[in-house]
Amino acid sequence: MARVSPSEWTSRSNATQSFIDYVLKKAINNYPARLATPVMTADPSDLTRPTDTSERVPGESSLENQAPAIAVETLGLTRCFGPLTAVDTLNIAVTTGSIFGLLGPNGAGKTTTIKMLTTMLAPTAGSAKVAGLDIVRQAVEVRRRIGYVSQMLSADGGLTGYENLLLFARLYGIARAKRRDRIINALQFMGLGEAERTLVRNYSGGMIRRLEIAQSMLHRPSVLFLDEPTVGLDPVARHAVWQHLHELRTQFGTTILMTTHDMEEADELCEVIAIMHRGRAVAVGSPSSLKMQVGADADLDDVFIHYAGGAVDEGGGLCRQCPDPSHH
Amino acid sequence: MSTVPGSVAPLNGFAKAGFLTEFLRDTFALADIELRKLRRDPLELLTRAVQPALWLLVFGQVFGRLKAIPTGEMNYVTFMVPGILAQSVLFIAIFYGISVIWERDLGILQKLLVSPAPRTALVLGKALSAGVRGLSQAIVIYLLASLLRVRLRFGIEILGVLAFVVLGSAIFSTFSLAVACLVKTRERFMGIGQVLTMPLFFASNAIYPLAIMPGWLRTFAKLNPLSYQVDALRALMVQGGQTMFGLSFDFCILVLVLVGLVLVTAKLYPNVIR
Repeated sequence: MARVSPSEWTSRSNATQSFIDYVLKKAINNYPARLATPVMTADPSDLTRPTDTSERVPGESSLENQAPAIAVETLGLTRCFGPLTAVDTLNIAVTTGSIFGLLGPNGAGKTTTIKMLTTMLAPTAGSAKVAGLDIVRQAVEVRRRIGYVSQMLSADGGLTGYENLLLFARLYGIARAKRRDRIINALQFMGLGEAERTLVRNYSGGMIRRLEIAQSMLHRPSVLFLDEPTVGLDPVARHAVWQHLHELRTQFGTTILMTTHDMEEADELCEVIAIMHRGRAVAVGSPSSLKMQVGADADLDDVFIHYAGGAVDEGGGLCRQCPDPSHH
Repeated sequence: MSTVPGSVAPLNGFAKAGFLTEFLRDTFALADIELRKLRRDPLELLTRAVQPALWLLVFGQVFGRLKAIPTGEMNYVTFMVPGILAQSVLFIAIFYGISVIWERDLGILQKLLVSPAPRTALVLGKALSAGVRGLSQAIVIYLLASLLRVRLRFGIEILGVLAFVVLGSAIFSTFSLAVACLVKTRERFMGIGQVLTMPLFFASNAIYPLAIMPGWLRTFAKLNPLSYQVDALRALMVQGGQTMFGLSFDFCILVLVLVGLVLVTAKLYPNVIR
């Protein structure tokens, strides 16, 4: 019917482009001078804001809202170690209450990302917000609101399960009157009620991992970071951990950001996954949408190999974009 | 938009304590945990008793007979008892930093750094627990010295001895933590620990008075916190012992050094995990 002349088409297209630019600018308003382009290769609609772009008003400061719709958001997050770019302009957003998986081969930058988001490591460039708070400028406040389980089985063997939790209950400022109940509840929740007085050196690997999750949940963090939570565990222990993570999320609405290179785990737990390769998020989406993109019969292994197995990111690894070498 | 940390509402159920309250609470929480571990495994402390016994029973006896070192009216063994206490505390404390490397390798340090505990509390908590380990040495030395019929003071001075032992332990263990944060590996740390102990020990008034040292060594010894610890211990521990610098001066110097070291080490602490 109404034909669109080429010039009109161009101007409409420009208008759309300006609108997108406007929205993007608004969205990154709080973060001057970074974010070159979104890094992902997948369909932009399921990239940075996987499920709920509508829930968040662009430009709104999540700080004003105690439960921001986006629990974790990175903008151009970059970390270099000497000439190596471990994390390269990473842009991801994790919806509050969801389980988000960072997948990728060894050395993809998953652990470095977690270290930055948990304030252990300062970014070389870019920024991130966790629970609405800036990870650099508000590091201490971020720490009060997050839980962290490291890759290693890191409970103290010379202490009982109870004592391991007691230390952190104190460090997180849980009131003395509540401490004991909180610790006992956490231990029972993780199925460790009976092992309360046992020295941790006598725990199995699965028990230690559950103890660590209990510890990370003591102060009811809004975001929980898990770095390869089931690595080295037998299948039974692994399934137990998964079940507890599901329960945690259901019961407390905790947002979980986890790294893994276990495809079954990602499929079982995560609503959204980002595949990292050479420090970049090369694909982001729900496990099912990523599988669809790769092929009709594809499983997550295929997705993983498709995005991280080949020469996806030629020339990565060199620190070409380290803006401030003084941060090394 | 700039964000002010103070504008963040306190978390539900957590009254926000002042920095000092938090700092003290966290420091004692960490020290308490270390002590619980120590109580379960006290064997470590017994093995530490061997070295001071050798110094007092072998070295002290031989040098006492030689009468080569001018110690005034005090016999040589009496002179060296406070020095050997300071030395055995130093030898334990100077290797204490390796614990931070262990904790990093186990992933415990990462969890501590992710907690809201001030870094200074993480460091001082460790320093205090090292201080308590040092106290076990005081018991050992008092026993050994009694065996050697050294005339010890058993009055209120004992409290002073305990305070200076904890202070010295805390200083050298914090120093050791700082070194660990810089070298980051166990192997390098052990090498450096060995290199540090002997100069700190010999360039001090632990086993000979400052007066007999050549000028350059005396200057070094006056910069060495161990000298101030020994000076105070000598006055507090043995009868006839006198301080050269004054107890309050010794105390102030040691507290200042500790504060400085804790501040520097707290800055270095996150380095270990990089």
